[in-house]
Amino acid sequence: MPEIRYIDAINQAHHDEMARDERVVVLGEDVGRKGGVFGATVGLIDKFGEDRVIDSPLAESSIAGVAIGMAANGLIPIAEFQFADFIHPAFNQIVSEAARMRYRSNNAFGCPVVFRAPFGGSHGTALYHSQSIESFYAHVPGIKVIVPSTPADAKGMLKAAIRDPDPVLFLEHKRMYRLVKGEVPDGDYVVPIGPAAVRREGRDLSVIAYGWMLYESLRAAEMVASEGINAEVVDVRTLAPLDKDTILKSVAKTNRALIVYEDNRFVGYGAEIAAIIAEEAFGDLDAPVMRLGAPQVPGIPFSKPLEEWFFITKEKIADAIRKLAAY
Amino acid sequence: MATEVKMPQLGESTYEGAIGKWLKQPGDKVERFEPLVEIITDKVNVEMPAPFGGTLTKILVTEGATVAVGTPIALMETADAVPSGDGEGKAPAAQPRTEARVAAAASAGAATKEEGPRLSPVVRKLAEEHGLPLAELAQVQGSGAGGRITKEDVTKYLETRRAPASPAAPARPAPPPPVTTAPATGDQLIKLTPLRRSIAQRMAQSKREIPHAYGVIEVDMTTLVRWREAHKEQWRARESVNITYTAFFVKAAVEALKAFPVVNASWSEEGIILRKAINIGLGIALDDGLIVAVIKQADQKSLVGIARELETLGKRARAGKLTLEDVQGGTFTITNPGVFGSIWSMPIILPGQAAILATDAIVKRPMVRNDGIMIRDIMHLGLSFDHRIFDGAAADQFLHRIREKLETFAGGDAALTDF
Repeated sequence: MPEIRYIDAINQAHHDEMARDERVVVLGEDVGRKGGVFGATVGLIDKFGEDRVIDSPLAESSIAGVAIGMAANGLIPIAEFQFADFIHPAFNQIVSEAARMRYRSNNAFGCPVVFRAPFGGSHGTALYHSQSIESFYAHVPGIKVIVPSTPADAKGMLKAAIRDPDPVLFLEHKRMYRLVKGEVPDGDYVVPIGPAAVRREGRDLSVIAYGWMLYESLRAAEMVASEGINAEVVDVRTLAPLDKDTILKSVAKTNRALIVYEDNRFVGYGAEIAAIIAEEAFGDLDAPVMRLGAPQVPGIPFSKPLEEWFFITKEKIADAIRKLAAY
Repeated sequence: MATEVKMPQLGESTYEGAIGKWLKQPGDKVERFEPLVEIITDKVNVEMPAPFGGTLTKILVTEGATVAVGTPIALMETADAVPSGDGEGKAPAAQPRTEARVAAAASAGAATKEEGPRLSPVVRKLAEEHGLPLAELAQVQGSGAGGRITKEDVTKYLETRRAPASPAAPARPAPPPPVTTAPATGDQLIKLTPLRRSIAQRMAQSKREIPHAYGVIEVDMTTLVRWREAHKEQWRARESVNITYTAFFVKAAVEALKAFPVVNASWSEEGIILRKAINIGLGIALDDGLIVAVIKQADQKSLVGIARELETLGKRARAGKLTLEDVQGGTFTITNPGVFGSIWSMPIILPGQAAILATDAIVKRPMVRNDGIMIRDIMHLGLSFDHRIFDGAAADQFLHRIREKLETFAGGDAALTDF
């Protein structure tokens, strides 16, 4: 199995699926000639032409609306938002139209659109290029929200999203594009939407994370391992629908849970996981469920010291793990 | 709805209890945790708090009667939801849970109104699954924040706990075939009190299961006797407590236990458990039997502190006011048949411990010292020990250590703290 970068896995999935099914089309800002601002769609326009790889105007509401219309007419569009920060104008289209299509039409129409968006903070990305938007959409019934964290998952889950008969919000943490590398199975394969994955087995406590926080959590787990704390790390992968069983099984084993997410803590996605554990695994708990999330400020500051203050790092996670383990 | 109140499990080895006195009568309104009935067990008398609020409608077990743990003893009319959603008394599987809860309420009430430890859900669940009474659980040393008892503490404790009483297993061993004891004309049958029955069971169990071995040594108490006689009034005036010989024996035994941890131990099929805490049980004679009260963490207490606790425990025992806390957790026992004049004793080990020390009467004897005959104050120390756990050599070394402490003391004008 070849080792490739996360971004390459995304790109390969596009190539494979467009070649496999001619109904698959791509639209978004700079996805054509430029090949996408991060390079996710490189090479598509040369191979599949301007009819199937469409450079759109700078109008996210329109990108989403057009994609929904295409889906209603038999196409399978992949709509790219250059940054998740810019998805907000399309909120109405995604929530009111795409997510509700099947419900509203009494199952007459689906809406097989994949909305792709790079999200999350990296160094110096500041307010407009670093937002975490997952909880807005995970709240909405009718749309699946997935956050793959390995190249193999990125490729396999993007394929699964494209083949899904309903809308999927596919979130890619931009920090992983070039930093995360991994082996990808040969040939055509899909990774099902739904199941979470235990990335590190442990017995003392469960760290539950997704996106870049998975990597910070895995590093934090290694840091505390030498201190005798054996942390299990669960990669949520699919935020909606959530795989509760894997999480509850892990907590049943370790009796302690720490949920790590990059978004601001208050009403963030991790709050839902915490609530589920409290409700359904109460009898297994040996300590209060703990969350680690960003402070309640409007976004990641540009100033370096403030960015460090905001961002959840492996050191902060290790501290939280120690605290939870000592409870 | 009518709900049953059951005989609670009061302590690790009680299987039944007797109704002492009903503190409420049918028709009385009862608040939750309000004293409902006085219960006499083999160890202690406690006032059982009402497990829930309501009206007492019917008393099912009259005063003086003895029933097994879990037997319904009264009916109460409750508003609606009783704090147990498990179909109280109907599903047998739900029983231990209910009892554990009642026991928790009862022991919380009995333990001088002290609040029990806060337990996490998983710790409670584990305790229930293993039939570990909450009163016993409260004795576990917590390793979590602020001494909290963690799941790991419980699993470790369960591993070391000897033959945990499974809630499913029959609580009492099958009765042995009866010996021919039919009373003849003129004979009198004395009914067994719960205390008598418990002593009988525990002693028989000990002799059945533990291979007892014995060691006895002679201790020359002359120096200590003279020292104590010369100062005891003065000590009593200053400390307002009688510094008894027993206090010295406890202190000396504690030092020896520290030097020989194997004596402060328990036998289990997995191995020998060395007890970290040194909790000294002391046999206290009562009119109708014998009870062992425990000085906890005796290694952290001064001679005066030990003397004071001995006095308090003795008073409480004779007044029938011992709490569960007072009688649980012993790791080694001292019995003092000497007060009744015995000069040579071989006591029976308390199940769960490795040894028991008997301190016999101090009597004046002619002794050979430096090829001359002297009159000395002599006492025998007898140790019964579990030969599975250690051997005669360790037993004798342990006894010698105590003798050394008692004999080599300077006496004279030395202060109490010098001992």
